[in-house]
Amino acid sequence: MKILVCISQAPDTTSRIAFTDEGKTFDSSGVQYIVNPYDEWYALVRGIELKEAHGGTVTTMTVGGAVCDPVIRKALAIGADDAVRMDAEPTDAMQTAQLIASYAKDQAFDLILCGKETIDHNGSMVPAMIAEMLDWPFVALATHLEVEGNAATLKREAAGGIEHVKVNLPLVLSAAKGMAEQRIPNMRGIMSARSKALNVEQADGTAMSAVRQFSLPPEKGACKIIPADQAEELIRLLREEAKAI
Amino acid sequence: MSVLAIVPLNNGRPTKGGLEAASYAAAFAKDQGLEAIALVAGSIQTDGDLGATGVVRVLQCSDELTDSSQWTRLAAAAAQECGAKTVVLTHDHTGRAIGPRLAVRLNAGMVSGVTALPQAGAVRKNVFSGKAMADVEVSSEVVVYSVTPNAFGVRDGGSPAAVTAFSAEVGDAREQVTGFDPASADGQTPLPEAELVVSAGRGLKGPENWGIVEDLAKALGATTACSRPVSDIGWRPHHEHVGQTGITIRPNLYIAAGISGAIQHLAGVNQSKVIVVVNTDPEAPFFKAADYGIVGDAFEVLPRLTAAIKALDA
Ligand SMILES: Cc1cc2nc3c(=O)[nH]c(=O)nc-3n(C[C@H](O)[C@H](O)[C@H](O)COP(=O)(O)OP(=O)(O)OC[C@H]3O[C@@H](n4cnc5c(N)ncnc54)[C@H](O)[C@@H]3O)c2cc1C
Repeated sequence: MKILVCISQAPDTTSRIAFTDEGKTFDSSGVQYIVNPYDEWYALVRGIELKEAHGGTVTTMTVGGAVCDPVIRKALAIGADDAVRMDAEPTDAMQTAQLIASYAKDQAFDLILCGKETIDHNGSMVPAMIAEMLDWPFVALATHLEVEGNAATLKREAAGGIEHVKVNLPLVLSAAKGMAEQRIPNMRGIMSARSKALNVEQADGTAMSAVRQFSLPPEKGACKIIPADQAEELIRLLREEAKAI
Repeated sequence: MSVLAIVPLNNGRPTKGGLEAASYAAAFAKDQGLEAIALVAGSIQTDGDLGATGVVRVLQCSDELTDSSQWTRLAAAAAQECGAKTVVLTHDHTGRAIGPRLAVRLNAGMVSGVTALPQAGAVRKNVFSGKAMADVEVSSEVVVYSVTPNAFGVRDGGSPAAVTAFSAEVGDAREQVTGFDPASADGQTPLPEAELVVSAGRGLKGPENWGIVEDLAKALGATTACSRPVSDIGWRPHHEHVGQTGITIRPNLYIAAGISGAIQHLAGVNQSKVIVVVNTDPEAPFFKAADYGIVGDAFEVLPRLTAAIKALDA
C-alpha cells in the first residue's frame, strides 16, 4: 500500500499568540514549532500502522519552506519512509491543496491521510480540496480506518454519533481523535530519520484568499466568586444576570 | 443572483447547523439586496422551517445523499441554476466534507468557520483554536463560507418558503454508509451544537463518579464534555474531549468542574458566552477565564446545583 500523509507544522500548543506588523503577521519570535497534533497523532501513526500490517510505504507531504524540515524529520523519526516538501509559502488552503494534488496525481497513492485541521488556521479545508482535485472519495473526521485489499472500512463523526462507512481505495481522509495513539520516536528512529530522503519539489498554486488582519479576543472581566454553599445564588445569576439558562 | 445555503437534514428535519447556515445566507442576502435559497437532499415536512430563517425558496432533491462528491455536484448545479455567487454551509462534519470540494468545483475561495457576516470585504473567523481571530478577504468571484456552529444563531420571523423539486447529475455514490452508533442513548444535543455544556476533568477522580455530572447535565438539558486526560484514560468517550486537540465549542454556558484550565483546554472552550468553574483550588488557572466561580468540592457543589435547578423548574 502506498500511503501519503500530509504533515503541517504548527506552533506549540503553549505558545503565546501575538501579532506584529499592525496585526498582519503572526509573531513567531520565541515560538516552538511542532508537527500539527492531528497530523502526527492520528494520520501519521495510522499510516505507519497500516504499513506495518500490510506492507508498503509511508511518504509525508509538507507544503512550506525549509523552516519545516525539523518537523518533517520528526515525522520520519516516528516511522515514515521518506518525505516530500513542496517548496512554497502558501497563503490559503486552495493553494496548499493544489500543490499537494499536483504532486500526488501521478504517484499512484492508495491513501492520502490528513489531520482534521491545523491548530493555527483551523481551516479543515485542505483534505477535501485534495479529494476534489483528484476526484477521489473523501471521508471527513475519520476516527477509525481498516483496509482489506481494495476496500476501506471507516468510522466518522456524524450528527449525534459515529457513522460506519465503506469506501474503495484510493481515498482521502481527515483524521480525528480515536484513529490511533500517539507514538514517541525512539533513538533508532531519530538516528535513521537523518538519512531518509527529504525531496524538495516545486509546483504552482494560486491562492484565492488571504488574512487581512489578526486580532486578539477581548479580555474577560473579573470572575465573580460565589460561596460553595450558595449554589442557588449561582443558578439565579445564571438565569437573571447572565441569561444563560 | 442569489445566496445559496446548503442545509443538511437529520431525520427529516434541517439540523441546527443547517438552520444557522440558512439564517446566515438570508442575512447576507438581505445586506446585498439578493434572495437566499436553501438546498436540501431528502424529504422534509412543508418547508422544514427554513422560510422562518429568511430564505425565500427551498430546492429539494428527493434523494438522501451522504456522499461528499455527490453532494458537491448537486450543490454546484444548484449554485449554477440560482446564479449564486455566495454559498453558505455549516462548519460541522457535513460542511467540512462538502464545502472545500464545492469550492474547488466552483473555482471559489473558501473561508471556513466564519463567526459573523462579512464586513468591508472581509469575514471574521477564529484562528489558533480560539486564541485569536482573523479577518479574511477572498479574491475570487464566487465565495464559499462555512459558519461556526452556535456563532450566528438561528433567525426566525420569515414567512414560509416555496419548495421546488431539484435534481442534477451527481454520479455514483462512492461512500457507502453501513451503520451508526449514537453518541448517547438519551439523545443529548451533539457537543458542537450544544448551547449548554457540563464538563468535568481529572478532579472527578474516576469514571464511577460521573453520575453527578450527568445529573446536572440532565437537569439543565445540557450535553456532557470532558478534558483530554479523562478521555485519554478512557473514563469518558473520545467524542466528549474538548480543547485544542479535541472539539472546539462555543455554547451559551460552559460549566467546568475539576478541570484546571490548561491553555490547551481553554483554547477549545474560551469562546463560550458564559463560563462557570468549580474547583477546590482557588489558584486554578481556569478562574482567570471564568465569569462565575465556586471554590469548592465538585462532589458537593454539583449535586447542589442540580437540586437548585430542579427547585427552580418545579
Ligand atoms: C499538545 C497538547 C494538546 C492538548 N490538548 C488538550 C485538549 O484539547 N483538551 C484538554 O482538556 N487538554 C489538553 N491537553 C492537556 C492539558 O495540558 C491538561 O493536561 C489537561 O487539560 C488537564 O486536564 P484536567 O484539568 O482534567 O486535569 P488536571 O490538570 O489534573 O486538573 C484537575 C483539576 O481538578 C481540581 N480538583 C481536584 N479535586 C477536585 C474536586 N473534588 N472538586 C473540584 N475540583 C477538583 C484540581 O484542583 C485541578 O485544578 C493538551 C496537552 C498537550 C501537551
